[in-house]
Amino acid sequence: MSIPTTAGRPEKAIRALDVSDSLWRQSIRQLRKNKLAVAGFAFIAFMFLICFIGPLFSPYADGKINPANMHQPPSAKHWLGTDLLGRDVLTRLLQAGRISLTVGLASMALSMTIGTVLGIVSGYYRGVVDQIIMRVADLLFTIPGLPILFIMGALMSDWKIPTDYRLYLVMLMLSIIGWPGVARLVRSQMLTLREREYMQAADVLGLSDKRKLFRHLLPNVFPLLIVIATLSIGGAILSESALSFFGLGVMPPTPTWGNMIDAANNVIDFEKRPWLWIPPGLAIFLTVIAINIFGDGLRDVLDPKQNTSR
Amino acid sequence: MNSLIEINNLSTYFESGAGTVKAVDDISFRIREGETVCIVGESGCGKSITAMSIMGLVDEPHGKVVGGQIRFGDKDLLKISKEEMRRIRGNDISIIFQEPMSSLNPVITIGRQIMEPLMLHQKLNKKQAYARALELIELVGISRAEQIAASYPHQLSGGMLQRIMIAIAISCGPKLLIADEPTTALDVTIQAQVLETLRQSKEQSNMSIMLITHDLGVVAEMADYVIVMYAGKIVEEGDVEELFERPKHPYTRGLLKSKPIIGQRAEQLYSIPGQVPSPLELTESCYFHDRCESCIPICRIRQPKLSEVAAGHLAACWLYEEEAEA
Repeated sequence: MSIPTTAGRPEKAIRALDVSDSLWRQSIRQLRKNKLAVAGFAFIAFMFLICFIGPLFSPYADGKINPANMHQPPSAKHWLGTDLLGRDVLTRLLQAGRISLTVGLASMALSMTIGTVLGIVSGYYRGVVDQIIMRVADLLFTIPGLPILFIMGALMSDWKIPTDYRLYLVMLMLSIIGWPGVARLVRSQMLTLREREYMQAADVLGLSDKRKLFRHLLPNVFPLLIVIATLSIGGAILSESALSFFGLGVMPPTPTWGNMIDAANNVIDFEKRPWLWIPPGLAIFLTVIAINIFGDGLRDVLDPKQNTSR
Repeated sequence: MNSLIEINNLSTYFESGAGTVKAVDDISFRIREGETVCIVGESGCGKSITAMSIMGLVDEPHGKVVGGQIRFGDKDLLKISKEEMRRIRGNDISIIFQEPMSSLNPVITIGRQIMEPLMLHQKLNKKQAYARALELIELVGISRAEQIAASYPHQLSGGMLQRIMIAIAISCGPKLLIADEPTTALDVTIQAQVLETLRQSKEQSNMSIMLITHDLGVVAEMADYVIVMYAGKIVEEGDVEELFERPKHPYTRGLLKSKPIIGQRAEQLYSIPGQVPSPLELTESCYFHDRCESCIPICRIRQPKLSEVAAGHLAACWLYEEEAEA
């Protein structure tokens, strides 16, 4: 066995084939021109950084309860004051950000995966498979999302699911109500893409269905997927917050932005201790806005209509 | 020469709301090894559907191959399983389409698209397939192979793309290449290059070509044997020289007459009068009778059969049938 010698150009070129450079590079260049989208992206990046790294530098990261220290207004020691149990609000806010952002990302990833696979399959094969998948999607569409989430959340509480697992179940719940939208979009794209001449050409080459679906059709919907993925993170964060706010999502002591705003439910806290609920509220507001602005910018650049006409 | 593929009594019908459209109606022909057969006819006469039927790509449930036999080697392509058909497609029989611009996937690099059938049918690994892809790109007359391999379809011109399509089609060394109007979408200079590429790759591998076209210039250039189709039927067939010099069927004569000849001035170019009959309104008559200059009474009543009018030259016309005179 010898160390592989310089394999020469072919291998290098194969690598060059793997990264589809020109298309993406063009898009990124275009995106950079959109100041608002760049600002949105910067804010999201900042939020991620501070939430995941910030708590490491906080002296209160252990979340210890200290009744002597309860309900302190913001001060040099506790920048955003302390809560009912004497915990530092800023630290909790950042820890909550970790959870909320993770829930947003994970449930987005899950619903995108489910939605894309089902959408591709149903749009490509049509017929019975399509009918079944789309009727299930319709069913989930007919019931507004929040009530379903509430029912599922209530069931979880009823079955006494341990708080540690609730986090994952919330992600799952969010992706269950999230996938039909994705599946519909992907399916509609598939219906037009499958009739394209290059798909007939792929047929003629004797390619297998799996290859046709995931190597030839999927890349054609990537731009669309990236845009809905981005936008749906915001939606997932909002839904999770709503759930947790009503005490049906992630449960304390695990902090999320949603269950932190729950403080606003208490009249005294609402009137006298705004440091408890304004920061998480602002965090949700700004993060979701930033994500949506960035997603809009992405859409302008990766608009499927512009792309397929090439 | 042995025959490579034999099509016997092939019929492909489409069901539409208004009735059955006989797109291909009981046609038979064969292609020998290393031979170029041209199928000529105007739009909608069933040329492309014949190709699609051979490839098993007729769009069900609207269209269906309702009868006949396509013998390829020892197999009947209409009877074998989908899986078997999939292995034949792209490997033993491949096809190139009219529109090179839309026949390649816009989001996959040219190199990958050439490599795909190689890796699938020839079981080459990535590196071998890539090397072969570069060879193929050069084979079809495009330089800077590596750069081309890394580019996307929208970055190339139509002529280049059509040559890439040829490269993909011949990549696995098919026995039969079906070219469905490969030069229609290209301008004339590029047409010549593409035809040359086709001819060269044919010479190198002794494959047969089934060339579908409505351009008689292309036919004269490429064909060994010519089949003229009209309204889903074969009306005349024969060796290219025989057919061009002694066309028998009035339709073929009309086609040849309506071609401009360099050096000859004419006030107005000849064109065959009338329209192709609607495929829904076909009756038992000769389908061409109402446009035919030498129509005789029997043409309106019965359909002529394809029969030999000279050695190796068949035509379906009552003018050459003794029965008609009787």
